[in-house]
Amino acid sequence: MVSLNQLVAVCLMYVAGLFIVAFAAERAALRGRGGWLLRSPLIYTLSLSIYCTAWTFYGAVGYAARSGLEYVTIYLGPSLVMIGWWWGLRRLVRIGRSHRVTSIADLISSRYGKSNALAIVVTVMAVIGVTPYIALQLQSVILSLSIFAAPNMPLAEAGGDVINRGQAALWVAAGLTLFTVLFGTRNLNVNERHHGVVIAIAVEAVVKLLALVAVGVYVIWGLAGGLSETLTRIDASDIGQWEVQGSRWAALTMLSGAALLCLPRMFQVMVVENDDERQLQIASWAFPLYLMLMSLFVVPIAVVGLDLMPEGSNPDLFVLSLPLSQGQNGLAMLSFLGGFSSATSMVIVATLALSTMVSNHIVMPIWLALRREGATQSGDVRNIVILARRLSIFCVVGLGYLYYRASGGSGALAAIGTISFGGVAQFLPAMLGGVLWRGATRAGALWGLGTGFALWVFTMLLPSFGADVALSSATLEHGLWGLAWLRPEALFGVTGIDPTVHAVVWSLSLNTLAFVVVSLFSFPAPLERLQGAQFVNVFDHSGPARGWTASVAGSEDLMIMAQRILGAVEAQAFFTREAERQGHGARLPEPTPRFVQALERELAASVGAATAHAMVAQIVGGASVSVQDLLAVADESAQMLEYSSQLETKSRELTETAAQLRTANEKLTQLSLQKDSFLSQISHELRTPMTSIRSFSEILRDAPKLSDADKNRYASIIHSETIRLTRLLDDLLDLSVLENGQVTLNQRKGSLRDLLDLAVITAQAGAARPLEVQRDLQAEDITLYSDLDRLVQVFINLVTNARKYCAAAVPQLVITPRVEPDGLVIDFVDNGQGIDAASEALIFEKFSRITGEGDGAGLGLAICREIMLRLGGEISFLGDLPGTAFRVKLPASAVSQVHPSA
Amino acid sequence: MPRTPIFLEKRSYRQRRMMDAVRLMPFLGLMLWMVPLLWPLPEATPAPGTDDAAMPMSVALRYLFGVWALLTLASWALWRRTRSIASGEGPAESVDGPR
Repeated sequence: MVSLNQLVAVCLMYVAGLFIVAFAAERAALRGRGGWLLRSPLIYTLSLSIYCTAWTFYGAVGYAARSGLEYVTIYLGPSLVMIGWWWGLRRLVRIGRSHRVTSIADLISSRYGKSNALAIVVTVMAVIGVTPYIALQLQSVILSLSIFAAPNMPLAEAGGDVINRGQAALWVAAGLTLFTVLFGTRNLNVNERHHGVVIAIAVEAVVKLLALVAVGVYVIWGLAGGLSETLTRIDASDIGQWEVQGSRWAALTMLSGAALLCLPRMFQVMVVENDDERQLQIASWAFPLYLMLMSLFVVPIAVVGLDLMPEGSNPDLFVLSLPLSQGQNGLAMLSFLGGFSSATSMVIVATLALSTMVSNHIVMPIWLALRREGATQSGDVRNIVILARRLSIFCVVGLGYLYYRASGGSGALAAIGTISFGGVAQFLPAMLGGVLWRGATRAGALWGLGTGFALWVFTMLLPSFGADVALSSATLEHGLWGLAWLRPEALFGVTGIDPTVHAVVWSLSLNTLAFVVVSLFSFPAPLERLQGAQFVNVFDHSGPARGWTASVAGSEDLMIMAQRILGAVEAQAFFTREAERQGHGARLPEPTPRFVQALERELAASVGAATAHAMVAQIVGGASVSVQDLLAVADESAQMLEYSSQLETKSRELTETAAQLRTANEKLTQLSLQKDSFLSQISHELRTPMTSIRSFSEILRDAPKLSDADKNRYASIIHSETIRLTRLLDDLLDLSVLENGQVTLNQRKGSLRDLLDLAVITAQAGAARPLEVQRDLQAEDITLYSDLDRLVQVFINLVTNARKYCAAAVPQLVITPRVEPDGLVIDFVDNGQGIDAASEALIFEKFSRITGEGDGAGLGLAICREIMLRLGGEISFLGDLPGTAFRVKLPASAVSQVHPSA
Repeated sequence: MPRTPIFLEKRSYRQRRMMDAVRLMPFLGLMLWMVPLLWPLPEATPAPGTDDAAMPMSVALRYLFGVWALLTLASWALWRRTRSIASGEGPAESVDGPR
C-alpha cells in the first residue's frame, strides 16, 4: 500500500526531475547546443500532446463508462485537423512566424489592424473559457491524491476528510505557478521560445502515454485475460452497443477540431513554439498516432472498471483506482504520475499562453495609457513586462484555484471540458475568416466574437452551474424575461436537441453569420486592409507591411525604448545588425520605414503586436498609416505624375529646339560655304578685267612705237573693262544694299506701259541683233504704285537676258501682263531653248551663269529677286513653257491702291 | 517572368499528385469517421425482428480504430514521399496549378 507521504515524495522527485530537465534544456539552448533535440519534430509532436489533459487522461474513461464511444470524438476532430495540416495549420504557422505572433489574441488583433480592443475581447474570452479548465486540472490532481489517501473508501469523491483539499489544491497551484514563472518568464521574447517548458512537457507527454498504455495493457492482458476476451466483455457490458447520437457525434468532432486550433495553449505550442514547417509535416501523422494510442485503451479500462469496481465508484478515476484495487501499487503510482503530468503540463502552458495575452493586451496597454509621458521616459519597460507577465500567471492560476474552490470540485470532468471547448471555439470564425478571407473586417470580428460569446455564456456556461445558481430555474424553463424563444436550451423555440449540440450549433452559426454579414457591410481601415492582404497572401509575400513614416522618429528614442524591452545587449545587437544591413558604419541605423518595421516586429515578439505598435507609434508619432497619410501619398504621386509629364513635355521641346538648332547650324554652314564661294567668285570676277586693264596699260606704257589706232584701241579696251568693273561693283553694292534691307523704296505712281517702254528701249540700246518684243498694249494700261525705278531695273534685266541669251534665229519676247485677284502678274516668255531642269534652281543665285558666255557677272537675276522681295512681290522661273519664261508678280496693293483714281 | 510549363516531367507530376493526396486526406478521414452517423441506434430500431440491429461495441471500436490506423499510416506514407517538397514550396503550387 502506498502511503500518501510516499506518493508525495515520488511526486516531488518527479517534479524536481522536470525542473532539472527544463533547466538543462534552457542551459543547452542558451549555449546553442542540443538544437537538434530542441528543434526536433519529435519534441514538437510530444509538446502538442498537452491537448491531452487530465480531462482526457482520467475523464475519457469516465466519459466512456457513461456514454460509450462518444469520448473518441474529442480525439477525432484534432486528428482530422492535423491530417489536414495543409489547409489551415500550415498557413497559421507561416503567419505566426512571419508576423512573430505571440498568442491567438495577438494573431486576431494583428490581423484586424492591430486592434487592441479586439485583443482585449479575445483575451477576456480566453480567460473566461480556460479558467474552468485549469480548475478542472487542479480538481483531477486533488481527486487522484485523495484516492491514495483513502483507498478503502468506496466513494472516492468523499476523500475530503483525509486530506484538506483546499490546502492541497493551493500547494499544487503554487508549485505550478512557480514552475511557470521560472521557465515561462525567463526570457521575454516569446519567439525565442521556452525550451525548458517545451522539453518538460515533452517528457510529461511520454510519461502520460506510457502510464495509460501500461494500465491498458495490464487491464487487457492482466485482468481481462486477452484481447478477444476483452472484446467479448465489452460487447456484454452496459456500453456494449453503439448508442451515440449522430448529432452529438458530428458536433463534438467539429468542436474538438475547432478547439485544437483555438485553444490558447494549443496555439502556443503549435504556432508560437514552432520554428520549422517540417515539424508540422511530421506531426501531421505522428500526432494522430499519439492520440490514437491515448484513446485505444480507454474502452477496455472503462468496461473492466465497471465490472470490477464496486458500485458507485467514480468512473473518472478508474485509471487509478483499478490498479490500486488490484494491489498494483507501482502501476498505480505510474498512473498517478501520468495524470499528474497531464494536469501540470496543461496548466503550465495554458497559464503561459494566457498570461502572455493578459500582460500584452490588458496590463501593458493600461500601463502605457497611465504613463502619459510615453515609452521613452524613465522606467525599465522590460522589468515591467516581465512583472506583468508574472502577475498575470498568478492571476490566471489564482482564478483557476478560486473557481475550483467555488465550484467545490463538483461536476463530471468531461462536462467542464466541453464547455471550455465551446468557449474557445468562438474564435474560429474570426481567426479562419481573417486568415482566408480578405474581406473580413474588425467590426465583423467584434460582432461575431460578441455574438458567439454571449450565446455561449447563455446557452452553455450559465446552465452548466445548474438551476438557480447562475440562471433561475424560471429562466431555464420559460426563457429570459419570460420570453419563450429565449430559453437557454431551446433558443428560438427549437426544442428536442441535445443541449451541447444546441449550444454549439447556435453559438457558432450565429457567430459566423454576424461575422460575415458585418464584414460584408463594413469598411476596413487602411492598416487593417494592409494586414489582411499580408495574412491572406502570406505565401506570396512574407514581407512586413510597410507604413511607418519614420522621418520624425529619432533613432536614439527608439534605441532607448528597445533597450528597455529587449534588454540592453540584445537591443544594441539588433541595432548594430540593422545599421550594418543599411550599409553604413554608424552605430545607430537610420530610422527608415523598413527598420522601424523590423523593430516593431521585434518588439511585438516581446509585448504583442498591438502594444508594440502603440509604443512605436508614441515615438514615431501617429498611427503608421492613416487615411490622411494615404491621401498625402496619393497626392504626392499625382504631383509626381504631373511633374514627370511636364518633364516629358520639356524634353520634347528640347528635342525640337535641338532639331531647329541643328537645321540652323546646317544653314549657317551652308551660308559660310556660300560666302566662301562668293568671295572666291568675286575675286575671280574682279581679276579678269583687272588683268586685261593691267596688261593693256603696260603695253601703252612700255611699247614705244604704237600707232594711234592701236593706242586708241587699247585705251578703249581699258575703258570698257573699267566700265565692266564699275558695273560689277555697282551690282555688288546694289545687291548688298538690297540684301541688307537698307534700301529705301521710292514709291510713286506710274503706268506699266511707260515702264515697259523704257525697259525695252534701254535694253535694246546699242544691240547688234535686235529682239522682237511682242506686247499687249491694251493689257498694259495699268497704273502702278511702287518703286518704279527698281521695277524698271527688273524689266530691263529680263529683256536684256532675253536679248543676250535667246538662241533662236529670230529671237522673240512676249510680254503679257494680267491682273489677278492677288496682284499683277507679268510673264516674259522668249522662244529660246530654255533652261535645263538642273540649272533652274541656280539661276537666281549670285554669279550663276548658265552658258558661260556673255559679259554679265551673273548678278542680274539675283538682284531682280531681291528687288521683287523688297517690293512685296516675287520673280519665278516657269519651267513648263517652251522657251525661257519668267514671271514677275506684284502684290495687289501695288495695283489696287491706284485703281480708284485710274 | 518565365511561364510555368503546362506539362511536367514524370517525377514532378508524381510529386504534385502526392500533394493532392495530402490535401484530400482530411476529407477521406471525415467521410470515414462520419460513417457511424448511419449506424442504427438501439432506441431507433424498435421494429420487431430488427432488435439485434444495434452495432456491437467491438465492431465499432475495430472500425474507428482501423480507420485511425489507416489514416495515420497513409499520412506517414505520404509524408515519406512529399517531405522534400511540401515545406519549401510557395503559393504558385496551388490546387489548380500545372497538371
